Amino acid sequence: MEFLYYFGDVFTPVSFGLLLLGTIGGLILGATPGLSPTMAVALLIPFTFHLAPVQGLILLGAAYTSTVAGGAVSAILLKIPGAPANIATTLDGHTMAKQGKGAQALQLSFLASAVGGVIGVLLLIFLTPVLAQWALAFGPSHLFWLAILGVTVIGSLDSASVVKGLLSGCIGLWLATIGFDDIMGAQRFIFHPALGGGINIIAALIGLFAIPQVLTMFAKGRNATNAEVIEVEKHSIMDAVREILRRPKALSIGTITGSVIGLIPGVGGQIAGLVAYDQTKKFSSEREKFGKGHSEGVIAAESANNAMVGPSLVPLLTLSIPGSPTAAVLLGGLLIHGIFPGTDLFDNHPDVAWTFINSMLIGQILMCIFGLYVAGLAARVAQVPQSVMAAVVLGLAVFGSYSVQSSMGDVYVMATLGVMMYFLERFGFSAAPLVLGLILGPIAEANFIQGSMIAGATDGMASYFLTGALNIVLIAIVIASIAYSVWMELRSRRYTSKEEIMA
Amino acid sequence: MKHLLAGAALALMSLTGGAATAEDYPERPIMMMVSYGAGGATDFQARIVTMTAGNEDALGMPIAIINKPGAGGRVGWNWLATQAEADGYTLGAYNIPHFIAQSIKGGVEYSADSFEPIANWGADPAVFVVGKDSPMNSMEDVVNYAKENPGKLTFSGAGLFVGHHIAALQLEKAAGVKMAYIPTKGGGAAAMKAVIAGDVMGGVNNLSDAFRAQEAGNVKILGVFDLERNEFLPDVPTLKEQGYDIDNASVNFRGVMVPKGTPQEVIDKLAASVPEMFKNSRVAGKMKAGGSPMHIMTREEVQAMWAARQETLQELLAGL
Repeated sequence: MEFLYYFGDVFTPVSFGLLLLGTIGGLILGATPGLSPTMAVALLIPFTFHLAPVQGLILLGAAYTSTVAGGAVSAILLKIPGAPANIATTLDGHTMAKQGKGAQALQLSFLASAVGGVIGVLLLIFLTPVLAQWALAFGPSHLFWLAILGVTVIGSLDSASVVKGLLSGCIGLWLATIGFDDIMGAQRFIFHPALGGGINIIAALIGLFAIPQVLTMFAKGRNATNAEVIEVEKHSIMDAVREILRRPKALSIGTITGSVIGLIPGVGGQIAGLVAYDQTKKFSSEREKFGKGHSEGVIAAESANNAMVGPSLVPLLTLSIPGSPTAAVLLGGLLIHGIFPGTDLFDNHPDVAWTFINSMLIGQILMCIFGLYVAGLAARVAQVPQSVMAAVVLGLAVFGSYSVQSSMGDVYVMATLGVMMYFLERFGFSAAPLVLGLILGPIAEANFIQGSMIAGATDGMASYFLTGALNIVLIAIVIASIAYSVWMELRSRRYTSKEEIMA
Repeated sequence: MKHLLAGAALALMSLTGGAATAEDYPERPIMMMVSYGAGGATDFQARIVTMTAGNEDALGMPIAIINKPGAGGRVGWNWLATQAEADGYTLGAYNIPHFIAQSIKGGVEYSADSFEPIANWGADPAVFVVGKDSPMNSMEDVVNYAKENPGKLTFSGAGLFVGHHIAALQLEKAAGVKMAYIPTKGGGAAAMKAVIAGDVMGGVNNLSDAFRAQEAGNVKILGVFDLERNEFLPDVPTLKEQGYDIDNASVNFRGVMVPKGTPQEVIDKLAASVPEMFKNSRVAGKMKAGGSPMHIMTREEVQAMWAARQETLQELLAGL
């Protein structure tokens, strides 16, 4: 209960002002394509040089929380996921926006974010010592199986056909091999210096999601716009709250998956949203509505990606190991004030540690309030004529992919992948499994090679990868996930053939 | 956002500026390329040491950091060697032994001859760490275990052809043992996690990170890969003191350089003012608070260090 004692520090005028600034600034930065939470926090660090440690961290904590949620805005309205965490949000969120339900989708996403986020931070407050042990339990073999578990999701994610989903996942896995490999020292598929560093995930995300959009808008031409102006339905916040309360299953699956996966160093943040989306779909009674603008999809994805924020800081705050790129940036922010995370932080600087954590808690709620306020206004984006919209999105796509590492190469990668995705989409392939392949490929590969090097030096491959409780549990989940997909595929085939007989 | 604006300002100025002479240099903001991501140790230190550049007694113009991460630094250094303008307004941060080792190994478009050093700001030695419950308490224990179990002692480090890898090679060579070096993806943090979690038996890591981990009670530091003991760890002996012939070739030196072809007057001006800028007390204070050891060297000293490193690394990496 120590954290309650430090709540007062959050509400001093300066601290609260910074909290507001961080939250509002974070929402805007998060909504800008290409500015991922990691970037946003890194850009704010120089400003903390002149602040007291506590105040600097309040700013960074608030910005981290709200950029993750802010990413939902561009994901829903423009179908550009601001960061990998928001990929799953586009699947149902953007479809809702196209149906004129953008305001509702945004309200749901902010409410779900707040619920997930608050629970995630509470986990950080109460279970940190336990969670730290859990985060360390994942060695290379476990991370390998976890990545394989992610791969099993690929087939069933956002595709009409499992085969097409798997094919598009394979393209993603191949794209992930491009570049210089840190572990074996090999150079693969580098035909141009722009590819030396591999495919940047943010640039790829923008290209794969936004460019097909833009091309479709252009293809429709200027004349068709009048016929297609979307009415933005007003949606009251109370209705959104009621809708959330009607979907406890999506909310709880999202929050639990997000917190558990967010904890694992090196994997968490990127796939939490997608895994939660897939699990919710599997357990839902309205499975067929997913991908067609179903509220459960948005709720699950957004509660998961904000639930991950709190637990993702556990390895940093307790063991001084940054578990995610954003945590690494926050570590820099702490060090610059001479504060070493770890036991030192909680023993000698409890005021800093707890005020930081408290500010994330309050930040979640402020983020929700501001988010709900702008949701109604922002949803009007859908009314902008398509010809104008296409130009704006294209501009943002170029800006976003350039700003990631100030590299024109990333813009070319973004454009190339985007044009490729436009044609793939016309043949019924989907971008989400491709991106999942791109994210999981390196995790699976690096951990497999590392694991096999360790196994080679110690007790052999079979016992390293196949024995031990955690390995066996993960393998069992992988098998269950594959079996479930096969069963679903067979069942839906039987149904289709029956319908065909009826027809 | 800040560096975007600075970049835009740079572009605009270069259109209107015309040919600059060395006397007026610098007459507009300067850009410094860091070949690692925002928030990493190199980026973090580069931002601190350049924060006083705008002062009248330093360069009188601010330095904006631009990150070009990827492939262990190769993307950024390739860019600096081939695409950056050699007009004195584009600087780069170097990491020794990384870029020299990479250029010896091949597949990149630069070598030590592609750049002109300006000054060195920091030196972060590698150290050997083991988990807090490890039975090993000295480098002798480590080497004895490796002698009894050839190739079975697993130890982590941040990738290939970086300081950690060089230290690992030196240790194997000096002690005459075969060990299993496990490079990790995700830098020193991932390598440290592997040691703390017990995935590997030991590891090579940065002194600054290991110091923090030891303070937190997670690891034991058994030896420093440097010529002298470090002020942060006065009780930890160097490898040399423990009887292994290992020099400072793996120490991660960080400093400023410019692409070859930069006008000599500009180089001279930078070489005179940049080391003074590093000596600023605000810079020293922030660096010390962050646990980053400073080591200021002038252009001549860095040139000698680069040449020495080139030789040692060529010999060390020849067998790979």
